[in-house]
Amino acid sequence: MSFNIIGLIKAAIINGTPLLFGTSGEILTEKSGNLNLGVEGLMFMGGAFGLMGAFLYGNAAGDSASGAVAVAISLLCSFGIGCIGSLIFSFLTITLRANQNVTGLALTIFGTGVGQFVGELMRIKVGGNVTISNALKAAFAEPILPAALQKIPVLGQILFSYNLFVYLGVIMALVMAWFMKKTRKGLFLAAVGESPATADAAGINVTRYRYLATVIGGGISAVGGMVYTMTIAGSVWNHSGLSGEGWVAVALVIFCLWRPINALWGSALFGALLILYLRLPIPFLPTQIYKIVPYIATALVLIMVSMRQRREDQPPQGLGLNYFREDR
Amino acid sequence: MSETTHAVEFRGISKRFGSIQANDSVDLYLDRGVIMSLLGENGSGKTTLMNMLAGIYFPDEGEILIDGKPVTIKSPADAFENKIGMIHQHFKLVDVFTAAENIVLGLKEQGKLDRKAISTRVKEIGDRYGFEIDPDKKIYEMSVSEKQTVEIIKVLYRGADILILDEPTAVLTPQETSKLFKILRAMRDDGKSIILITHKLNEVMEISDVVAVLRKGKYIGAVKTAETNEKELTEMMVGHKVSLNIERPDPVDPKPRLTVAGLTVRDSEGMVKLDDVGFIAYGGEILGIAGIAGSGQKELLESIAGLRHISKGSIIYTPEGKSPAELVGKTPMEIKDAGVSLAFVPEDRLGMGLVGGMGMTGNMMLRSWNKGKSIFVDTKGPEKLAEQVLVNLDVKTPGIDYPVRKLSGGNVQKVLVGREIAQAPSVLMSAYAVRGLDIHTSFTIYNMMTEEKMKGVAVIFVGEDLDVLLELCDKILVLCGGKVSGIVDARTTTKEEVGLLMTKLGGKEAN
Repeated sequence: MSFNIIGLIKAAIINGTPLLFGTSGEILTEKSGNLNLGVEGLMFMGGAFGLMGAFLYGNAAGDSASGAVAVAISLLCSFGIGCIGSLIFSFLTITLRANQNVTGLALTIFGTGVGQFVGELMRIKVGGNVTISNALKAAFAEPILPAALQKIPVLGQILFSYNLFVYLGVIMALVMAWFMKKTRKGLFLAAVGESPATADAAGINVTRYRYLATVIGGGISAVGGMVYTMTIAGSVWNHSGLSGEGWVAVALVIFCLWRPINALWGSALFGALLILYLRLPIPFLPTQIYKIVPYIATALVLIMVSMRQRREDQPPQGLGLNYFREDR
Repeated sequence: MSETTHAVEFRGISKRFGSIQANDSVDLYLDRGVIMSLLGENGSGKTTLMNMLAGIYFPDEGEILIDGKPVTIKSPADAFENKIGMIHQHFKLVDVFTAAENIVLGLKEQGKLDRKAISTRVKEIGDRYGFEIDPDKKIYEMSVSEKQTVEIIKVLYRGADILILDEPTAVLTPQETSKLFKILRAMRDDGKSIILITHKLNEVMEISDVVAVLRKGKYIGAVKTAETNEKELTEMMVGHKVSLNIERPDPVDPKPRLTVAGLTVRDSEGMVKLDDVGFIAYGGEILGIAGIAGSGQKELLESIAGLRHISKGSIIYTPEGKSPAELVGKTPMEIKDAGVSLAFVPEDRLGMGLVGGMGMTGNMMLRSWNKGKSIFVDTKGPEKLAEQVLVNLDVKTPGIDYPVRKLSGGNVQKVLVGREIAQAPSVLMSAYAVRGLDIHTSFTIYNMMTEEKMKGVAVIFVGEDLDVLLELCDKILVLCGGKVSGIVDARTTTKEEVGLLMTKLGGKEAN
């Protein structure tokens, strides 16, 4: 059996891309001090609504459907539903000051339910597999760069052979890293997450920052769900295809130490761990063992970080705590 | 009628928190180039009033005028626009940021975040008023006084003309305090208005031009510092005559109670926190412990109470009429049962010793839950004790089952200290027992310590206010960087001597 390293890297990056979106979105959310455990639900909804958008458009436009438009509609649908989901979360935790853990778990249950409902509803209406035309599928999952680039030995496959969302994800993570490191607003956002009282006393609108970061972050996470359904799952609704994806993304946030730049390689690593059971099967080792590896890796990072005791590697200090100015 | 315009003027300001009237139609004004002290007992509404000026709270009634114009301050951002800056008692700084990053927080300046340019400007402000600051140092690496410097520069950077400082000297050494006062005077001469919230009357007399007094949320009056004295101010604050003398009876027949030798303690990271500490605490004496915050005071008390792992050394405990016993290696429970009681009041008063969500009864029970034979806990005893503490120490609470978290700081402290004293300990340790308490309550606590001392208890008192340590204690042990810098007789030493011992091992200065 020959072990194909280039193939593994490629598959890792493709499988890591939904995680890259899920994790980056959650990093943005957590940087504001909101711990949104609803990522699993958001990604489910993103997957279902993303598919629905492309599906309805494909049906309506028939043969004249354009791939680019389908991609744009899917992006908008998933991002939009993610924003709505996390807006509910924000309203409950920021405005009504409900417990974030409980609200996040509720959002997971709610989002998985809504996602399943929409997916199953489409399936029943169609009376079979919900899917889109091959031309539209290609717009989602096929490489977008010119074939000439892909023919470069080794590098061509590792760097230039991906679908649109891989590049989109990388750009998104880079922009987010730049925003957090180099801009005033990024600094203020970090302050809100570290110490909302300090930020408030400094004249930063804590509520606005938390709402915006959580809503946009939720939207980005939901796009991850759409990317999974439309690329890895072959643009077909699958009842349990997305399950677990959101939780791995939450673990990956910790693994990345709340830095989008780490999410770039972290998501590829976790993507590799997720598919390792297909690529590197060890006889008699159940696949479940493979599937816990990402969580073990996260635990190891936590142990290493707590041993090094570097303050910069710690979670935002205000993470999970609601803020009320007149609290006594 | 022509009105002169004041820098700040409060007109009929009221603020309620639930059933508590924090401020009751307060009228108060302040002019430019004046340092005003705001005095009042705990819960008299000083901080609340200032928080309304800083935009943290919004008044229920009344208006605030800046330079004669009515303003609405709804948020800290509004306060900055009106050139008001507040330095809070608990610093509002982001630990993982640098000084410069903290200083520019919330500023709506245009353009890129240019860290170099900000550092330069911070240095400029520092040079103007005589601060020493490294703009690129992280907050968590800073000492308390450095953090305060960052806070002050933060408001100056925003161009504040009105500065509010909430108990700025509570955590400073005498040397740091006089440095701060020099800076405050420089700012006053620059035309800035400064409001100081403080409990220390001697500092009020030293630094301020005007003193305003609040009592139970009401404005009592303002006097020129030059025309008043400490006694008169106290009477204004409390509302009746009080004696401000700490009685210090001579110790009767002191016997060694606690003999500490060669005590070395490391923290979880292996840093030496206490280095070869040795002293004897006598029954019937109050041993004061002085030192800059973080010099090992906390570690010392915790080691004696059995809460820390001791690397080296011995703690010999000699109870009245019994043979000496070694405390090192015993569990906290055994040490407590032997009669060594720790009333530790940490910076956040509820951090250690009390459970915020429980009432007084529940907190009393924390000391007695394992007593008695029945499988049910005894609630009668703790209830009685709670009522006793309530009456004896005049704790202001709606009832003994009201969560202590919701009480004001002073009352929380009374509950804690009252409970520890009720254990009839033979060693009583207290740290920062009066932190944040007003004069009146502080004196109640001092007198309780003295009473315990006269019962033959060895009292160990970690304090911040050197004046009090000098008046209250019999001996003072000064810690400096985890080492014993000196043990002095409180009756003969001076504040300067102790201050020097705090900053320099052995107190020797090259002169």
